[in-house]
Amino acid sequence: MTTEIQSNDTSPSAISKMFKSIGLLRESPIAIFGLSLILFWVILAILAPILPLYDPNAPLEPFKAPLADARDGGLYWLGTDHKGRDILSRVSFGAQQVLVWATTATAVAYIVGMLMGVVAGYLGGWWDEIISFISNVLLSFPVIVLYIIIITYLGATGFNIVLAVTFASAPGIMRIVRGLVLDLRTRDYIFAAQTRGESSLYIMLVELLPNARGPLIVDACLRLGYTTITIAMLGYLGLGLPPPQPTGAKMNAETQPLGSFAGHMAVVPAAAISSLVLGFNLLADGLREISMKD
Amino acid sequence: MEEQTPILECRNLCISYDTRGGEIPAVIDFNMKVMPGQGVGIVGESGCGKSTVALAIMQYLGSNGYIKSGEIFFHGRDMRTMSEEELRALRGSKIAMIYQEPMASLNPSMKIGDQLAEVPLFHEDVTINEAKARALELLEAVKLPDPKRIMESYPHQISGGQQQRVVIAMALLSKPDLLLLDEPTTALDVTVERGIVELVKEISAEFGTAMIYISHNLGLILDTCDRVTVMYSGEAVEDGTVNEVFDAMCHPYTSGLFASIPLPGADKNERPLVPIPGQLPLPHQRPQGCFFGPRCAFFKAGTCDQEKVRMRSVPEEEGHTVRCARFEDIDWSEGDHEAVTVKSVKSGKVVLDVRNMKKYYEIRSSSILAMIRGDAVKTVKANENINFNAREAETVAIVGESGCGKSTFAKVLMGLEEATDGQVVLNGEDLAHVSVQNRKARTVGHLQMVFQNPFDTLNPSHSVGSQIARVIRKFGVEKDPNKVREKVNELLDLVKLPRDFAHRRPRQLSGGQKQRIGIASAYAGGPAVVVADEPVSALDVSVQAAVTGLLTEIQNDLRSTLLFISHDLSVVRYLSDRVVVMYLGHIVEQGTTDEVFSPPYHPYTEALLSAVPIADTSVEQKQIILKGDIPSAVNPPPGCPFQTRCPRKIGSICETEEPPVKEFEPGHQIACHLDEDVFSSMEPVIVTHEEEKIA
Repeated sequence: MTTEIQSNDTSPSAISKMFKSIGLLRESPIAIFGLSLILFWVILAILAPILPLYDPNAPLEPFKAPLADARDGGLYWLGTDHKGRDILSRVSFGAQQVLVWATTATAVAYIVGMLMGVVAGYLGGWWDEIISFISNVLLSFPVIVLYIIIITYLGATGFNIVLAVTFASAPGIMRIVRGLVLDLRTRDYIFAAQTRGESSLYIMLVELLPNARGPLIVDACLRLGYTTITIAMLGYLGLGLPPPQPTGAKMNAETQPLGSFAGHMAVVPAAAISSLVLGFNLLADGLREISMKD
Repeated sequence: MEEQTPILECRNLCISYDTRGGEIPAVIDFNMKVMPGQGVGIVGESGCGKSTVALAIMQYLGSNGYIKSGEIFFHGRDMRTMSEEELRALRGSKIAMIYQEPMASLNPSMKIGDQLAEVPLFHEDVTINEAKARALELLEAVKLPDPKRIMESYPHQISGGQQQRVVIAMALLSKPDLLLLDEPTTALDVTVERGIVELVKEISAEFGTAMIYISHNLGLILDTCDRVTVMYSGEAVEDGTVNEVFDAMCHPYTSGLFASIPLPGADKNERPLVPIPGQLPLPHQRPQGCFFGPRCAFFKAGTCDQEKVRMRSVPEEEGHTVRCARFEDIDWSEGDHEAVTVKSVKSGKVVLDVRNMKKYYEIRSSSILAMIRGDAVKTVKANENINFNAREAETVAIVGESGCGKSTFAKVLMGLEEATDGQVVLNGEDLAHVSVQNRKARTVGHLQMVFQNPFDTLNPSHSVGSQIARVIRKFGVEKDPNKVREKVNELLDLVKLPRDFAHRRPRQLSGGQKQRIGIASAYAGGPAVVVADEPVSALDVSVQAAVTGLLTEIQNDLRSTLLFISHDLSVVRYLSDRVVVMYLGHIVEQGTTDEVFSPPYHPYTEALLSAVPIADTSVEQKQIILKGDIPSAVNPPPGCPFQTRCPRKIGSICETEEPPVKEFEPGHQIACHLDEDVFSSMEPVIVTHEEEKIA
């Protein structure tokens, strides 16, 4: 309740601040390039249902090359796959899936990781011991094995992908946040908050976490990239979102044996994924560059 | 006198930095001459370009700084024409620099002996044994105890004062012609500072080294230098011998600086300090004409805001130059130098009463050896038998150097730590064992704190207004959002800041403004007692005066008690009604300010008084230099806590028995073994030459 009041006070300036930080991006061409790559995919994903695209799952004409004419007078911009489905349409709808689940999974991992980190860092003692121990155990698993275990036991649904990504990423996030908090907690404003009798929860959420955001924003961008790769990787292994949902990598996997004579079927989805991940990575790089300057 | 070549000469030096916002001129048209064996001081507030000058002399401006025009001659050679190779041979051998943070200038993973030996090994053709012998010799010269042991120590194993001595030894190893000291004692305690300053003076006399001493502390400059340059906003505004500048200053800024530091004789009620209004302009906001114009009491439109002001000589004083367009015409009495005098307020009933308060910490050693020996738990006596009280509307200063237990005391008071024993009574309520979470909102609001470092006390993520509002709601003063906003405005008025500051972020405020916000938050709950932990020590001199003035004024209006924690005795004398002197967790002396500042003294108070740098040429101080550093509280000396450094130690009784508390006047107590007649024959430490004794 008290937290709400505080955020009400600051929200208008928080929005203007966001605009200001977007303005700062101008200083880094790399960040702008990254952001445009991401925005391209976001816009394509949002517009996919409106654009005049074929049904991504309808079998039309198999093995059409890019820019081939369709039977109904249309154009297969990126060709069709072995089952005759339009690749452009599948890539657009696939982007929708990947973006939604990558963002959700990263966000959930962040919430869990930040809470763990701030509790471990601020309360310390046994809290720290227990949380750090759990994180170390989770970090000692090879990530792929962790994914395979979770998905094969619980089934390949969007929710389970979020769960798997959270298990794999939260410990890393927790470590970053814990380190930042250990530094921030020695500041006088924390001491001041303690001397006016604030609860630990208030101090952690309102006084500490907002000040850790700088490095976390950069990390979040990188992590969005990793998560995209993860979802792609799970798709490639056949553990991704259930068919007939198209994801870039699944398309890649299905068409790999055919790569030798119908290359576009594998190249197009692969390029789609790489460009999105590249976008996230470049944005993270650019943000770091900007934050280093001042 | 024959014409000598100066060791260093700067001619019309202009230094700029390249930044996001374009070129920023950091130093403009700077001239300086350093003769062999001479000490030259550069004084100025933060951001005036004094460190930039030092870095330029070292030719070490970083990637974005460069000398735009002008020359730097070292022994008559222009340093800008020297190659990187020549410069490297020069740095550390002919020119050496000593920085503010001693720990940062020493390599933590190398033994001190090896680090010292590196200097001659690099610059001269010597063997390792010769280098080590030289190092040892210099460690002796800087008066370090047991130099052989220190040769084998790592930097973290010795104290801050010792580290700075090692740094000085390192700088002297190659017998430099020029020594640059950039705030060398700012990070140290006063009594340790005194030792270092004496050392620097002796060394320059002994080795004939010329010095450039950079400091914001006018008193230290008076102690160490022959000439002084006052800088303001990248320009030298006044230059001359120490006596000329200190006694017959010609620039309004110099005079403003002196009016804003508490010299003996200043009094918060009758002769309050006069702050310089406004703040240092940012380089890109410098005004036309005189940079000091907008803040100057003698500003005259048409004269001061036209073309650039040049340095001009003061008539009949050769070498004394001033950058002021109309210094001949200034009538010093006309300037608005009579600040509002405040009537002193009678103190009322006792508000805070601390009785036999003790705070011990237990440190557990996890080493196996300690467990076997059975001494795994060590007790740190941070506070021992603290007894004092504070009345309504009274200012009580707690004086002591680092490690004296004043921060621990503040923590117990604020309820962040529980007292081990004794009572802390606030308005009749014992708080010694009540943590802050269990105190009533009202009680918490009645006991608030102003912190030392204004850059750290405000949360950078929230607007100033929301932070003050939070305090108001937390203390239950107001709940209704409109009333809270009103109260925030009232508090901003109280600390004399514009109301729209409520929407600002902390990073948009200057240090002094942040400290005002800190004061506003502390007074939000209508406090009975405000604990101010070194509230002005991190601020510039001209701002300090404004903040201390504000504190006094608010306190007089609201009749609250101020507990003023500080190590700066000049501020303490200026601000407080009563003084409590602490050393290693013990109160060694307490009484009214006059009683403490005049004999009889506790030997520690005496030493502290002699250590304060005073920027007044008419004042003479007794020289009492304490040996060594403050002992660690983990391992305090037996008997009297001060016996290891006491210049008046009388013998074994000091080492075995805790000193008795002797009462000289009602309320003036000294804990010491000295005899009555020694106390009665003590002479005042600070004497002004105008016949009257102030101390």
